[in-house]
Amino acid sequence: MALSDKDRIFTNLYGLHGWQLDAARRRGHWDGTKGLIEKGRDWIIEEVKNSGLRGRGGAGFPTGLKWSFMPKQASDRPHYLVVNADESEPGTCKDRDILRHDPHTLVEGCLIAGVAMGAHAGYIYVRGEYYNEHLVLQAAIDEAYAAGLLGPNACGGGWDFDLYVHRGAGAYICGEETALIESLEGKKGMPRLKPPFPAAVGLYGCPSTVNNVETIAVVPTILRRGASWFAGFGRPKNSGTKIFCIQGHVNKPCNVEEEMSIPLRELIEKHAGGVRGGWDNLLAVIPGGSSTPMIPKAVCDDVLMDFDALREHKTGLGTAGVIVMDRSTDLIKAIARLSTFYKHESCGQCTPCREGMGWVKRMMDRMVEGRAEVDEIDVLEQVTRQIEGHTICALADGGVWPVQGLIRHFRPMMEERIAAYKAAKGSPAPTLPMAAE
Amino acid sequence: MAKVTVDGIEVEVPSGVSVLQACEAAGREIPRFCYHERLSVAGNCRMCLVEVEKAPKPIASCAYPVADGMKVFTDSPMVRNGRRGVMEFLLINHPLDCPICDQGGECDLQDQAVSYGLDHSRYKEEKRAVKDKYMGPLVKTIMTRCIQCTRCVRFATEVAGVPELGATNRGENMEIGTYVEKALTTELSGNLIDICPVGALTSRPYAFVSRPWELRKTDSIDVLDATGTNIRVDTRSGEVLRILPRTNDDVNEEWMADRGRFSFDGLKRRRLDRPWVKVDGKLKPATWAEAFGAIAAKFKGIPGERIGAVAGELADAEAMVVLRDLLEALGSRNLECRTDGAALDASRRDFYTFNTGIAGIEEADALLIIGCNPRTESPVINARICKRVAGGGVPVGFVGPRGLDLTYRHDWLGEGGVTLRALADGTHRFNEVLRGAERPMLILGRDALTRADGAAVLAAAWQVAAQNNMLQADWHGFNMLHHFGGQVAALDLGFVPPAGGAAIAPQIQALWLLGAEVDPAAIPAGAFVVYQGHHGEAAAARADVILPGAAYTEKDATWVNTEGRVQRGRLAVYPPGEAREDWKIIRAASEVLGKRLPYDSLDAVRTRLAAVNPAFGGEGFAPHGCADLAGPAGDATAVTDAAFAPVAGNYWQADVISRASPTMAECAKVYAAPAAALAAE
Repeated sequence: MALSDKDRIFTNLYGLHGWQLDAARRRGHWDGTKGLIEKGRDWIIEEVKNSGLRGRGGAGFPTGLKWSFMPKQASDRPHYLVVNADESEPGTCKDRDILRHDPHTLVEGCLIAGVAMGAHAGYIYVRGEYYNEHLVLQAAIDEAYAAGLLGPNACGGGWDFDLYVHRGAGAYICGEETALIESLEGKKGMPRLKPPFPAAVGLYGCPSTVNNVETIAVVPTILRRGASWFAGFGRPKNSGTKIFCIQGHVNKPCNVEEEMSIPLRELIEKHAGGVRGGWDNLLAVIPGGSSTPMIPKAVCDDVLMDFDALREHKTGLGTAGVIVMDRSTDLIKAIARLSTFYKHESCGQCTPCREGMGWVKRMMDRMVEGRAEVDEIDVLEQVTRQIEGHTICALADGGVWPVQGLIRHFRPMMEERIAAYKAAKGSPAPTLPMAAE
Repeated sequence: MAKVTVDGIEVEVPSGVSVLQACEAAGREIPRFCYHERLSVAGNCRMCLVEVEKAPKPIASCAYPVADGMKVFTDSPMVRNGRRGVMEFLLINHPLDCPICDQGGECDLQDQAVSYGLDHSRYKEEKRAVKDKYMGPLVKTIMTRCIQCTRCVRFATEVAGVPELGATNRGENMEIGTYVEKALTTELSGNLIDICPVGALTSRPYAFVSRPWELRKTDSIDVLDATGTNIRVDTRSGEVLRILPRTNDDVNEEWMADRGRFSFDGLKRRRLDRPWVKVDGKLKPATWAEAFGAIAAKFKGIPGERIGAVAGELADAEAMVVLRDLLEALGSRNLECRTDGAALDASRRDFYTFNTGIAGIEEADALLIIGCNPRTESPVINARICKRVAGGGVPVGFVGPRGLDLTYRHDWLGEGGVTLRALADGTHRFNEVLRGAERPMLILGRDALTRADGAAVLAAAWQVAAQNNMLQADWHGFNMLHHFGGQVAALDLGFVPPAGGAAIAPQIQALWLLGAEVDPAAIPAGAFVVYQGHHGEAAAARADVILPGAAYTEKDATWVNTEGRVQRGRLAVYPPGEAREDWKIIRAASEVLGKRLPYDSLDAVRTRLAAVNPAFGGEGFAPHGCADLAGPAGDATAVTDAAFAPVAGNYWQADVISRASPTMAECAKVYAAPAAALAAE
């Protein structure tokens, strides 16, 4: 059972049609938006809750619940909607296709989300590298303004709403919601301490909610077709449709919108043309973007692609960036590359992440060669545990999970590498002379 | 209030406080690096992690607010592992050069590594090295030792009010610095050394001088500005090696100005360490007996009303009261302490003190500064104002030179007399702000009273206070800001001439200068001058007899700060050479002059002090209101149009001690020089 075309939300994911307003309208977007706005904020939040929509940015927090945290009564402080389009997770490129091919789903979603959280202004924080995408998005917003869909009395629904695009400068950490807020305010992108949460003290100290592009973009369609329609896909608590990004050693890498809880094997074989060299040539899969631990083929055989099924296997759906690795892959090297990435992107605020990421990276570099002792694998594992859960934000967690996944499933491979190095070159020399020497 | 259980100990703490504070209330020690109670919370060192019941992860206790019924564990396996992990991470890139590090022995990292760290290192990779930064002549940096706690960044921004420090780069490559390398433009830079938990920021003058356990620590009072900063003088074998602030929330919190902290090397230079007597127009070394003999011979024929005495800005209360009594015994009331010519009115104490109190600044809701640059006159009080402005958006009106950087936002009202007159008339726009405030206050600079119309300025300032709701039964918003630690005590002791009298006048034939830097040209040509003090400058060169006295670190003495707070300093080192404590010198002189004073001990002098002014009966300061609105003598309308000029020019070399200090000379050179052109310019 696969998602039928009539149930797709992103009907122009591949850019086969125009992204402009008239084309978007032909595809059904901006249809009856006025009526949706007029049904009011409580109805919108209730529908989103009933739809079972969970955040598409990686953490999978129930969206309706998140919106309901915004203060009910407007005070003298304005509310803000912030859209996280800083899509930087390696292996993920879903928001990009929404931005460049179907931007009006996002623009319309922003208006509705703004109504739902009492915000008269929304900011879309676009990843700096998405230059062309931001041009398309800005053009779509301009079109919407020209058509009266944004601005005062947006869409005729009686709600004033302004939407702004802000470009980042290319830092992975700015995809963390509070770092994004800091960056939006013009400061250095460093995560804030929580509490207070953004819903209480967010952008410019005002109540704010930060949502992923995909989360916002699916909301108008959910409201139009009904919460039960959306909830009908996938397993309970993992409902809806989801854009999967499939890449790596597959025959046809692609982005595809599919039903949640689709088996991983079906997803790969149906949409990505199968694993290069056949399913048996599969070695491991990183199922949800670079931050999620990998799963070996044995798990891939029958795992379902949703939040809870992947969590059972100590990984996560994350952003649904599926990285497929066949038997030609040097897994240790692949994970070492990810460690390099996280070391480079650590903001440097918290001690464990700042100091630990470099340590992990350097140990992983030695593991690639095998220039290590076997018990250093344990040290490496312990270091990742010392980092995980001890920092302000989740970058550190995401940075060490790939290493943990590697050790969990492929420790024998690492030991072999060490043994091979020893056989070829003898015991590794100490990397540094000791101070006393 | 919230009930919190910490390791089974139930404590009640105000809601809103952090878990860390609750743990401290329960008597549990929480290690920390980035957390500092006088700075904002950063929560980045992750050392203060604790376990909270039902929380899946350890939480940073410094940043987490308590909740009623919360159960906190500070010594669970989760917490121990967390701390051990953080400690290990902090140490992997730390150079571990403790044997050559000046922080050694008083290093938070060292102490906490012993308490919470591992006993060995598992780190086999290369360590990070960071290039040292230049932050000025006082702060030495060894940035490889930095643990990026950002205390210094927050101190510079929040307390010193100069947002010049920050972190550049990201992750492992994050470095603390001034962006464009330059000396920090603050008079509080020494505090960076104190708040740095490791040896990244250390004292440049104190580099490689001593270890903390070798030092003898003496509590004392700083007198190089009028704040009355509580200090600790660290000495080793009769030498002052460094001076650190002590915590006193009512005065200096835990901060200290750079001049007070670093100018002590001036205590070893240009000292008067033996008596001198002028023979044939030239000063010759002499013994105490010869010096006293010369004084006795000269004073013998001079009638009392032709003898004068002047107390300097660093004179202690004990010496002044004994000198006053000596002159009275000789039949003279020709006393003077206002060497700068300030038209201070000593008739009532609240005319010349900082009545609101330094801590009172935090209650004020409007502030008017007249003819004063608190940033250079008292950096610590300025930091208090900065804190108040940052905390509550208090309006600050400023009358004085335009474009002065006070480190906080202020409303420049005008340059001088014109503005002051308008404020006194109640016609200035800022009067509205003052009248609308509940606790308005003004700060009048001592420099504003050194003008020819000083008395009028004083009267006008009082009128501003009286007419703008500053003088209330429980609030006294009129404040004088003095410059040095000896100035208020002199006024308290009535060290001013009676009507018609003068200490420096043509008829004066003998003049006793107690550390007073009187312009030699003002001294009558034939007068016999006795200079008693610790540093010789122009006035000492003019003297006929020099009696070597003790500096503030070398005597048990009473000081009164600008608030009128009576504090006692203690002898940290003995005066050098033949120098003696000042009151003892005068007591000895009274004997040779045949007017033997009845003081044989410090207690006797202090009893006499209290008899002269009951304020000296105890230590401290009592906040008070204003009972009597009648102002000081002086015609408020006589204020001339002249602008208030910044008289106290060079912050770094404002007194005899700092002028003798090589460190301060270096500072003056660095900070007085025009800023080097930036590469981008």
